[in-house]
Amino acid sequence: MATIDGTSLDFRLLDRLSEGHSAIHRLDPRAKVLATLFFLVSVVSFGKYEVSALFPFFLYPAALIALADLPALFLVRKTALVLPFAAVIGIFNPLLDSRILLHVGPLAISGGWISCASIIVRAALTVSAAFILVSVTGFPSICAALERLGMPRTFAVQLLFLYRYIFVLIEEGKRMSLARELRTFGGRGPGMKHFGSLVGHLLLRTWERAERIHRAMLARGFTGEFHPRRPCRFGAWETLYLLGWSALFLLFRLENIPRILGTLVAGVLE
Amino acid sequence: MHMADALLSPAVGGTMWAVSAGAIAYCSAKVRSEPDERKVPLMGVLGAFLFAAQMINFTIPATGSSGHLGGGLLLAILLGPHAAFLTIASVLVVQALFFGDGGLLALGCNIFNMGFVTAFIVYPFIYKRILGANPSQGRMSLAIMLSAVAGLQLGPFCVVLQTYFSGISELPFSTFLLLMQPIHLAIGIVEGFVTVAVVSFVHRARPEILEGALRVRPIGNHPLRGVLISFLVAALLTGGILSRFASENPDGLEWAIAGVTGKEELSGPSRGIYGTLAAFQEKTAFLPDYAFRKTPAAAVRQEENDAGASDVRLGTSVAGVVGSLLTLGIACLVPFLLRKRHRVT
Repeated sequence: MATIDGTSLDFRLLDRLSEGHSAIHRLDPRAKVLATLFFLVSVVSFGKYEVSALFPFFLYPAALIALADLPALFLVRKTALVLPFAAVIGIFNPLLDSRILLHVGPLAISGGWISCASIIVRAALTVSAAFILVSVTGFPSICAALERLGMPRTFAVQLLFLYRYIFVLIEEGKRMSLARELRTFGGRGPGMKHFGSLVGHLLLRTWERAERIHRAMLARGFTGEFHPRRPCRFGAWETLYLLGWSALFLLFRLENIPRILGTLVAGVLE
Repeated sequence: MHMADALLSPAVGGTMWAVSAGAIAYCSAKVRSEPDERKVPLMGVLGAFLFAAQMINFTIPATGSSGHLGGGLLLAILLGPHAAFLTIASVLVVQALFFGDGGLLALGCNIFNMGFVTAFIVYPFIYKRILGANPSQGRMSLAIMLSAVAGLQLGPFCVVLQTYFSGISELPFSTFLLLMQPIHLAIGIVEGFVTVAVVSFVHRARPEILEGALRVRPIGNHPLRGVLISFLVAALLTGGILSRFASENPDGLEWAIAGVTGKEELSGPSRGIYGTLAAFQEKTAFLPDYAFRKTPAAAVRQEENDAGASDVRLGTSVAGVVGSLLTLGIACLVPFLLRKRHRVT
């Protein structure tokens, strides 16, 4: 949370991406949620020393970025920002596992480095898959898909409520933070002494806001459900999308494509 | 302290998903049956409040670093366990999707480590117990302090367990534990102070909010104990079943394929394009030990069981590296090719 403005700006940008109008955006959200799930399980199910077999999976984020017209650099940057958290744990592997497993010319590479690389590649794949899911589907549609796949209604309503007020309240938090900074001339303010009353006030305002919202909801005849913008229909395209990706992931999982490719190229060069 | 997808095995991830999904279903039913309808918007808005509160930083005395409110315990105190659990879970869903914290498979773990631990272990067994029937201000502060520390010890402990059972990280159990627990002791103490500050402010400004939360005794001891035990049994059962599959077959996907096709592994047909490629490859392989031969399934499994042997297969020649680079190159090229076509059409 070093750059507060940056974080909430990114949040907004990512949310905006779901307003696109590509063919991928128009698919039923259930197909996209299930394809993402299959992708994640395939990636995570590899052994801990597998690196090269993971590379073909980059095809999935790459293809979706292209087909859905997503800003590639933004997503790469956002993914790269999260990677250090996985790398912190992964970096211990080279220290603890020093059996030599791979020789590239004179260079001997230990198992620890390979499994560390594997962790980082996994993190890149899984994190980017989540970002891409939300940017081609949008949060409300993901909730609708999950609800149709069996998530309890109460939890779906909770997720949608949270989503509706996150932007409003983040603005409020930012305003308070900025106001405090301006009044304390940079320095004495941000101690723990005043934090309680500052956040307490925010909490009370939030509480009152919830009561207002409840009354407004009652006045408008809220019956306990939200209505999604796009109607859900699982048709031929959705089936094709889901089956196509699943078959591809299965292939990538069972065959080490880079190895086959490398052997072929080596053979041709020979 | 978010658990990450990259460190997780499918068996552990699936087990924790099952446990968390069960808890979400149970809490949803519980919240819906509550007569107080105002809770629905309150939960949503308080979840958003956590994000807002995290925009307001404070400096931690004596260290100079800055911290922010975690807030799980605060939610439990204000909303009671069931509503708080759903709220924390929803916050974690948003964090996983929009901020990349944890991941979607690790969501089950994270909901358990932060939501379940706070709402169903710390809140009833530590917070409520210390608070007693007629709490004073001091007693309340003590209860919050201890609960915050306990929650931030138990949660990371679960992270260590899940990482250990997944077996992706090399960190030995005890080393990882020694890394995690002291750090989170400090974080827990800070979280305790901050939560006490916020709760005592609310207590002074609008005591009825807290009194309302205290008076509603949503859970008697008996049903809760039943729930806890049933969750524990469910976790052990699923964990036991899944880990049996995991230990017999190194990966669950191959096991699933065996279930579908009746064979251990899809054997490559000797004719068709596969056969052609294999024949081509046998002629052209320039390093004998790198031959792309279809070893019998048992031999492959043996190799995989032997920790680390799979990467002997992975590497040992330039071909692996070349192939990897090629694949990455193709993956990077795809967007440009597709996008161009996309633009033209």
